Amino acid sequence: MLIKLPRYNDILPSEITPREIASSRRVFLQGLATAPLLASVWSASAFANEPASRLRLMAQRSAKYSVADKASSFTDTTTYNNFYEFGTDKGDPALYAGSLKPRPWTIKIDGEVKKPLTLDIDALLKLAPLEERLYRLRCVEGWSMVIPWVGFPLSELIKRVEPTGNAKYVEFTTLADRAQMPGIRSRVLDWPYTEGLRMDEATHPLTLVTVGMYGQILPNQNGAPVRIIVPWKYGFKSAKSIVRIRFTEAQPKTSWHVAAPDEYGFYSNVNPEVDHPRWSQATERRIGEDGFFTKKRKTLMFNGYPEVASLYSGMDLRKFY
Amino acid sequence: MTLHAARLIHLKRAVFVVALLPLITYLWLAIHQALGANPIEALTRASGDWTLYFLCLTLAMTPLRRITKQNWLQALRRMLGLFAFFYACLHLITFIWFDHFFDTVEIWRDVWKRPFITVGFTAFLLLIPLAVTSTHAMQRRLGRHWSRLHRLVYAVALLALLHFWWMRSGKQNFGEPLLLTVITLILLTARVASATQRWIQVRTSLADSRGAESR
Repeated sequence: MLIKLPRYNDILPSEITPREIASSRRVFLQGLATAPLLASVWSASAFANEPASRLRLMAQRSAKYSVADKASSFTDTTTYNNFYEFGTDKGDPALYAGSLKPRPWTIKIDGEVKKPLTLDIDALLKLAPLEERLYRLRCVEGWSMVIPWVGFPLSELIKRVEPTGNAKYVEFTTLADRAQMPGIRSRVLDWPYTEGLRMDEATHPLTLVTVGMYGQILPNQNGAPVRIIVPWKYGFKSAKSIVRIRFTEAQPKTSWHVAAPDEYGFYSNVNPEVDHPRWSQATERRIGEDGFFTKKRKTLMFNGYPEVASLYSGMDLRKFY
Repeated sequence: MTLHAARLIHLKRAVFVVALLPLITYLWLAIHQALGANPIEALTRASGDWTLYFLCLTLAMTPLRRITKQNWLQALRRMLGLFAFFYACLHLITFIWFDHFFDTVEIWRDVWKRPFITVGFTAFLLLIPLAVTSTHAMQRRLGRHWSRLHRLVYAVALLALLHFWWMRSGKQNFGEPLLLTVITLILLTARVASATQRWIQVRTSLADSRGAESR
């Protein structure tokens, strides 16, 4: 029997929002005309792990920054996660991230900047127009997904804080709260989780301050309420649940590099030619698509984002892995 | 205590079925697409885990028999050992099939290049002679060399554990490898202790008989 599953792209909001709620949302919206944030909607969800009430985000799909690949399913992308603050098993974040409180949330932007900022999450959402971008996500472990993120370029935020001449790097810090994150009790990594980018990587138009996925605010397990997405680097470079963005002169200490310097470098660009010491990075398995009877697909240089190559011209990418 | 031959056969059959349950469960889950977002990884991990569990169970039989004096436990040792080999084969198949899709050049390159895989593969190779010589006929033919050969199982267990530690070193999630290592070390110590005890017994009895001769 052939069961046609609706693809993410096929669903129109009108098809999934009950009429009476859609109209009440319209009323609600009239009082929210300036906010890019839409409304709390009851979505008749087919996914068990999806909370009944979700905040939908209004965002235009950016054709320029979206890949042609098929989007992964919401179920796969929200149940197969690496988010060690909630446990090291990939099922743990979906199970335990319910204790994370993504609102109220403030994010501090400081360091080598002329105008440091402390922003409430809802103010951050209004900082720049939100757009939807379908990006590939390649995990260092050898699997990949394709996710429609919602956010705006990090460069928009960087412009507002006016980095000084000393700002060479950007450091992202994830929340590390024992009360909200059961995984913090383990010593898997030095908490808080920190990641970083070089300034030119941070200002690259692909680097996205991400507040949503699949047209909704980020589920907790995916890094609510705000994370960074750097699609040409291995997934762990894209820090989740960010509480601080700091501009520095020295290269930030990044968590995985500190934990295993010979396995994870600062750059960690997706590169099929540079193996992880314990496995090859030449191929990957696309979650939800590549099954038992298919060969793994070839991993693309910079995860198929060749436009970033110029950032690394003249660099030995074997040395700076 | 001894167990009736007929009852032992029933017991063996029951253990056989129970030992197949992990395989059946995972096949059922795979068919019903209930293995999560990455079913292939789930199968690879499960087959590796069960290889280690059966290795530990196999190693536990002799010390358990000595402690409990339940001699029929010995009769289960071979079957459990063969199940360890069986799950190791499945684990290797997931590697050959799912990881490399039968690309032999790539497989060999991986085995040579990555110590983590080299160690796991060596453990598998060492299991082969043990499986081959597991029959009664081979046991008789090899005589006392048989038990010497089968001490290789300790090397297999240690290599398999190293493989497991290495695999987990990325996540630094050493709970399970640690538990299995502790169990294996306890079992190893039990064997060394009883071997030493027997050696002392042999020596004292030798000394006694010499003493008797000289008198």
